[in-house]
Amino acid sequence: MTWHDGLNVEEKIRINQVLQSVKDPEIDSISILELGMVERAELQDGTLTLFLLPTFMGCPALDIIKTSILKAFTKVKEVKQMDVHFIYHPPWTSDRISEEGKLRLKEFGIAPPMKEAGTTGEWQAACPYCDSLYTTLDNLFGPTACRSILYCKSCKNPFEAMKPVSNWM
Amino acid sequence: MTELGTPSFKKTVVELLYQLADDDFILACRGSEWLGLAPHIEEDVAFSSISQDTMGHAAMFYGLLEQLGEGNMDELSHAREGSQRKNAVLCEIPNGTGHYLKEPRYDWAFTVVRQFYYSIAKKIKLESLKQSAYEPLAHAAVKINMELHYHILHWTVWFKQLILSGGEAKQRMLEAIIRVEQEFGDVCSLGPLSAEMANLKLIDKEDVLLERFHNSVKPVFHTLSIPYKGSFGYRSGRGRFGEHTQELQHALTTLTEVYRTDPAAAW
Repeated sequence: MTWHDGLNVEEKIRINQVLQSVKDPEIDSISILELGMVERAELQDGTLTLFLLPTFMGCPALDIIKTSILKAFTKVKEVKQMDVHFIYHPPWTSDRISEEGKLRLKEFGIAPPMKEAGTTGEWQAACPYCDSLYTTLDNLFGPTACRSILYCKSCKNPFEAMKPVSNWM
Repeated sequence: MTELGTPSFKKTVVELLYQLADDDFILACRGSEWLGLAPHIEEDVAFSSISQDTMGHAAMFYGLLEQLGEGNMDELSHAREGSQRKNAVLCEIPNGTGHYLKEPRYDWAFTVVRQFYYSIAKKIKLESLKQSAYEPLAHAAVKINMELHYHILHWTVWFKQLILSGGEAKQRMLEAIIRVEQEFGDVCSLGPLSAEMANLKLIDKEDVLLERFHNSVKPVFHTLSIPYKGSFGYRSGRGRFGEHTQELQHALTTLTEVYRTDPAAAW
């Protein structure tokens, strides 16, 4: 199942384009689509209803994201009314980030989440600057709820990584 | 819309949600008072992130109460008096003497033990809530549990390392364990409707949850070579029954100061 199942091809292309322009306010290289936050879009009689999955529930960026979406769609004439809902079923998991999204994160200096974290919370992350795996976890918690702080022992740069979030947790 | 069945089903769900919401709300508030005062800068980042997550969890539970017609979630979190709160007393106890703005003499050992015990108890409740007969709560539990995973890793590291370091750290941790256990009965209590909660399959029975708690914590004590008593009390009151310390009202007065100046303001 993908977010655009309920849309026809033209609607999908148009809405995709707008959603792609809405970036994470704290990582402005990646869109909310690439982050895997968009669960479902419904368009009926000019009303667009979007269902989004928050990465972390206490994320203060959610209101900003909602405002950015509403603003972005004012330019779309097919959309006369709009609702944005944050839902948590299904839960957002870090494997929802697209391959393109992983590149965008790296571009920003953030290592994409690994597929699986060990039960100790340690995981292997490649340095986004030099690709070395000779890295250490400095702090599980970072400047935002979804990020951790690591250190690269090869190029001696601190960097961040997206926390792995999986269903087994 | 979820089928709520009988009025007694709804009443029992509401009771459980208030406990979950109020626990996370006031503990997140106590956690946030450590900002700038934690032992080192990494801990400042970590603890504020954990407290932010925890406040997010409280917001989910208040949101579920709003959906059940209990009122607006900002009001539920900010406008209710201390006497109306259902949180466990342990969650409202101050971090130490002094005030966070003036001469804070906060107790890190007490904080670590409280957070460690609370996180494990919360995990055990959430695992049970995943099978709750009230589906929106079961969904919330799945989401919250993913975030709690990192909190438990964090507090377990502190708990173990401070005890293993010996000396004053170990001594203070052992004292803090006694202090937390004296209040911990309240955290494990599901309040006046406990039996109904289990009968309606909202959550497992109190004694089942308590047994799981002992089974989770005992091995940690064992690896640290310290004795596990596992006997919990209600020294400062029974929060699930509306008994609270004056400290709760003080904390709420501070926390809701901005809200009370303009309750209609958009956040």
